[in-house]
Amino acid sequence: MHELSIAQSMIELIESEASRHAARRIRKVRLVVGEMSAVVPEALQFCFEVASEGTVAEGAGLEIEKRPLKARCKACGRAFAVQDYAFICPSCGGYHTETISGNELYVDCIEIDDVE
Amino acid sequence: MEVKVGARVLGANEAVAGENRQRLAARGIYCINIISSPGAGKTTILEKTVEILKHKLRLAVIEGDITTTLDADRISAHHVAVHQINTFGGCHLDARMIRRALDEFDLSNLDLLIVENVGNLICPADFELGEDAKVVVLSVPEGDDKPVKYPVIFQRAGVLLLNKVDLLQHSNFDQAKMRRDLKRLNPDLVIHETVATTGQGLDQWCDWLVEQAKAKKAAMLRDEAK
Repeated sequence: MHELSIAQSMIELIESEASRHAARRIRKVRLVVGEMSAVVPEALQFCFEVASEGTVAEGAGLEIEKRPLKARCKACGRAFAVQDYAFICPSCGGYHTETISGNELYVDCIEIDDVE
Repeated sequence: MEVKVGARVLGANEAVAGENRQRLAARGIYCINIISSPGAGKTTILEKTVEILKHKLRLAVIEGDITTTLDADRISAHHVAVHQINTFGGCHLDARMIRRALDEFDLSNLDLLIVENVGNLICPADFELGEDAKVVVLSVPEGDDKPVKYPVIFQRAGVLLLNKVDLLQHSNFDQAKMRRDLKRLNPDLVIHETVATTGQGLDQWCDWLVEQAKAKKAAMLRDEAK
């Protein structure tokens, strides 16, 4: 269900981009999904196909690029890959961190066809 | 031809959430978004919370459910303004639904807005509503592994209500493990232990809410004075 509303939001976004560029057809959509985004790529592929029917994005390929979870320690500044959702600095043991990668959920680019 | 887009998929929802946030800030209304699995005790906590707070704060409730007005009926029995949103299959509330619901209340006469999301630990985490804090309710029978299994919501929450703690003695729920996992995920998370059915722990939770609501009103008055 969640993936369906994400797919619908993607279609809205793509449609407005397509009309801005007077595109008749979208060939490809590239989506960036962070590890922390609650999105299942396979489910999203399926929902995207369903949601794109009858729109400018019908038949478009969906490429999903995954981004790993990384954080930076607020105390010592060390950037590190987060394992098992433990946001704990491997250098100083600090718990206060900021996520620098892994929360992404954005349409990076689209490939358009047949400019009018 | 390749066209760079670089737009967040949920950007439209986030923009409306930002509008809701501004609307609430202009009136100094503190807003919480309560999230849990079905059956964790959200509505019972809400009933008790409303009963404790209704003479201290001017409050209103937005109830999110897939169908039925059962929860809204339970809250309105406490003589509090309540608006039911039925999502008809949707697994979460979104900012547009809240924008419409805000029109149903007299915002100039409100201190606290409580939104009870659809029972689900996954989807509501991604949809900002314009709230000041997400409040997660986790009940002991669900198990101590939920924070690591649903890390997104437990990381984004400001408060955890650990409910049904009277059942700890009958279960293998390892509270030390849960607290260790939570510290790694969200070191600033505020945790209250509660038993909604008896009211245990709810006074501290309500005191916390009153404090937040006061701070929000004070911030509004400071902004107005500028």
